[in-house]
Amino acid sequence: MSEHAILWTALSVLLLPMLSYVIIFFFGKMLPRKGDWVGVTLLGATLVQAVRIFVHFWQMGDSQLRYEGGFRWLDVGQFTADAGMLVDGMTAIMLVVVSLVSFLVHLFSVGYMHGDRRYERYFAFLGFFTFSMMGIVLANGLLFLYVFWELVGLASYLLIGFFFHKPTAADANKKAFLTNRVGDFGFFIGIMIFFTAYGTFNYMELFAQMQLAPLTGALLTWAGVGLFMGCIGKSAQAPLHIWLPDAMEGPTPVSALIHAATMVAAGVYMVARLLPLFDPNALLVIAYIGSITAILGATIALVKTDIKKSLAFSTISQLGYMVMAMGVGASAAGMFHLTTHAFFKALLFLGAGSVIHAVHTQEMPLMGGLRKKMPITFVTFFIATLAISGVPFFSGFYSKDAILAGALAFGMQGKTMIPFILALAAAGITAFYMFRMLFMTFMGKPRDEERYSHAHESPWTMSVPLMVLAVLAIVSAGWKGPADSWFSKFVTSYDLPAITAEYGHQENHIVESDHHVVVDDHAVVHVEEHATSESDAAHGDSHGDAHDDVSHKAHSMAMVMSIAIAGLGIFLSWLAYMKKAFSTEAIKTRLNPVYKVLQNKYYFDEIYAATVYKFVLGLAWLNAAFDRVVIDGIVNGSATVTKIGGWITGSIFDRYVVDGMVNGVGNLIQGAGQGMRRVQTGRVQTYLLYVCTSIVILVFVFRAL
Amino acid sequence: MGDMVFYLFAATTVLSGFFVVFSKNIVHAGFSLLFTLFGVAGLFAMLGADFLAVTQTMVYIGGVLILVLFVVMMTRIPGQDIPKRSFDRKIPAGVFSVLIFALVFKVINGTEWNVLPVDAPEATISMIGQKLLTDFIFPFEYASIVLLLAMIGAAILIRERKIDDEEEVQS
Amino acid sequence: MEVGLAHYLTVGAILFSLGIFAVMTRRNAVALLMGVELILNGANVNFVAFSRYVETSIDGHLMAAFVIVLAAAEAAVALAIVLAMFRNFGTVHVDSVDSLKQ
Repeated sequence: MSEHAILWTALSVLLLPMLSYVIIFFFGKMLPRKGDWVGVTLLGATLVQAVRIFVHFWQMGDSQLRYEGGFRWLDVGQFTADAGMLVDGMTAIMLVVVSLVSFLVHLFSVGYMHGDRRYERYFAFLGFFTFSMMGIVLANGLLFLYVFWELVGLASYLLIGFFFHKPTAADANKKAFLTNRVGDFGFFIGIMIFFTAYGTFNYMELFAQMQLAPLTGALLTWAGVGLFMGCIGKSAQAPLHIWLPDAMEGPTPVSALIHAATMVAAGVYMVARLLPLFDPNALLVIAYIGSITAILGATIALVKTDIKKSLAFSTISQLGYMVMAMGVGASAAGMFHLTTHAFFKALLFLGAGSVIHAVHTQEMPLMGGLRKKMPITFVTFFIATLAISGVPFFSGFYSKDAILAGALAFGMQGKTMIPFILALAAAGITAFYMFRMLFMTFMGKPRDEERYSHAHESPWTMSVPLMVLAVLAIVSAGWKGPADSWFSKFVTSYDLPAITAEYGHQENHIVESDHHVVVDDHAVVHVEEHATSESDAAHGDSHGDAHDDVSHKAHSMAMVMSIAIAGLGIFLSWLAYMKKAFSTEAIKTRLNPVYKVLQNKYYFDEIYAATVYKFVLGLAWLNAAFDRVVIDGIVNGSATVTKIGGWITGSIFDRYVVDGMVNGVGNLIQGAGQGMRRVQTGRVQTYLLYVCTSIVILVFVFRAL
Repeated sequence: MGDMVFYLFAATTVLSGFFVVFSKNIVHAGFSLLFTLFGVAGLFAMLGADFLAVTQTMVYIGGVLILVLFVVMMTRIPGQDIPKRSFDRKIPAGVFSVLIFALVFKVINGTEWNVLPVDAPEATISMIGQKLLTDFIFPFEYASIVLLLAMIGAAILIRERKIDDEEEVQS
Repeated sequence: MEVGLAHYLTVGAILFSLGIFAVMTRRNAVALLMGVELILNGANVNFVAFSRYVETSIDGHLMAAFVIVLAAAEAAVALAIVLAMFRNFGTVHVDSVDSLKQ
């Protein structure tokens, strides 16, 4: 396909979900079946278009291939903003992931949401979300990234609170929205720092400018951290992860689509997309936050008995992995994990949804033995569990292994080993809790006979997506090892010198030095040095002999260790929940304080309630008090003054001066009218006389002749 | 000789024009107009506008004037020649008419006319014909439309309003 | 004094002024129309005179011809109006026709 065709296809990928939204939102009620087939069909078309782009990139096999197109959107004085699309390998992957999961979730929802009162509204929101997500993926500049970023937040808000009659859901969507706002605040600051420094929103131009005239020092770090705050909010990283578990109040397919596979990955995608804008310090922050989130999420998932909550913490943990991958320089591995995770986590959520649909509870202790009743769900769920646990030959193994190798290489280069250790521990715990979930839900004996007897396999619209995702959770592995996986056809790190050569010719939009933006004047000399030092430090998968050696060694070591720890986790889980070799209850009582901490999610909510909320509420109270006393005082005072002044002017000035003038004018006009009435004879001849008279008078007055 | 003829025509035109304006009898005024128009036709002939002179004679004297006289005769009610006086405009009208004439006369005599030493053209009919069908084709066509519309309009205006009468009877 | 442009223009000006006066003063609608004819003839004399003395082309003649044409049309319509007026009001005196004023 030509560049033109690619861009048009990409545009259709963006707009078809929007079309679905518009049609269903406005006409859904009138359509047969409330319009769900419109959503499914249009999303199917979207998927086809996305796959066409994907196939094109597959055939080209060039990860540096890039198509860009757009138009001038705003032109206000000095400020200009472009709207445009950037399509490259990373975009192609994301397009397929988003449209595929979205399509399957649409299909799944036909069964899952059947009979809901606001059925058509649900599908409309799904279309809207998909549109926004496509916008994030396709944007070629920070401005539109931010716009769609917020739209995605809105879609998430609407869908979390879809069952708004439940107070928990209503609270959850507010929590999600406000928590995201904290992150977006930093994101916006980051965007603005880069915009004021370089005067452009376009990614590639920014990268080029970064190479030519890098920001220096703390400002760059803080700008990077600011951008990363957006990721912390959206991708539920510690310490802003608290909204994601609550977001499970939404319908389960929504959890699969938004809060497992796509939206929460937007933060990771953003960091990967903007990687050249982060300096080593910011990347270190990212690595730490990511690894802490990974272990945090995994440990909490250990003790949760609600199947969706447990999966939510698992998602947080896996997102932590991806973010850490960005931080340690294994960005391609992170994107790879994003892709595979989207498949198997969506599968897990949809499987959980299928189970919930069957037994009408989310509590795992009330399930058990469901494998006989729901064979398809069980098999697919099992595949997903194997994938996420990192069992060889399943997709999760390869992507997770790549990340662990990157983290290990990061440590072996003399940087900190902490991310690797935390991530490795998290991998073991992940295997443990995932199998715990599998055993509790599907194995053993039914613990609640009544629920068990009502359970049944789900209709085809629900089981087909499960099977499709199960296949993808296996084949997306590629089986070639992380170093030369299929993924490297699509995503590698940016070829910064080439980008600089292509986009760097633009005039430098350099801010004056009194803006604290210190721009290196000897930028050109700096380019090579900067580029190589950054890629050495940060990009673990870049070139160089010694570096290759390290990463190769790291790979083999990481692979052995990850297999070992995953096996250990699975084995312990089997011992505990199948063989009952040791009692989990006993451990729970023995380690009661630890259990309490985990069960209460490290008391994050309580800490926030005690500090942030109190602080904000106190601040609000202060503001209210200020409002009441000072502002209201001023307003009321001025109202009183105005009232008195009004009385004075009204009764004295108005009555005699103003009324006098008004009446005088009225009388004058009336008199003039009476006089003019005589002139207005209604006889044309008289008028002609006036005309002639006027002409003569005018001529003599102006002495025109 | 030529001057004498001019003064003759000019005198005819102006004097009969005065009669048109000041005659109390509308029939006299109408016949005076005949002489005025004839005098103007003579002036046209003096100016070499033979076509216009003929047209003036045929259209104005043969058409318009006859029409005017017909209407005068159709609308004449004895005893109404001297209507009741409502508002006498004669004096201001006279004053300003004289002033306007003075103005125009001052312009005519106060201007250095760029008179070309050209003899009167031989015959203008063929030139006018060519002009009418080339440069002036649009005004020509419009004039025909205007004439048609005037004909239709006049016919409608003087038509007996039978429908209105019936309506009045009904109401 | 040789008869020239100014003489013709003067005749035109006299006709014009007389026409204006007639239009302003006459109460009979037909007489009023005659005044209009006088104005138009005054203008026509000017057209032809200018065409003869100042211009080499005969565009002035054409203007005069169109004026005659329009005068004929105008006379036809105006006289029809006068007749209609006479039929409806029983008079041709324009001062008497002021029903819009009431």
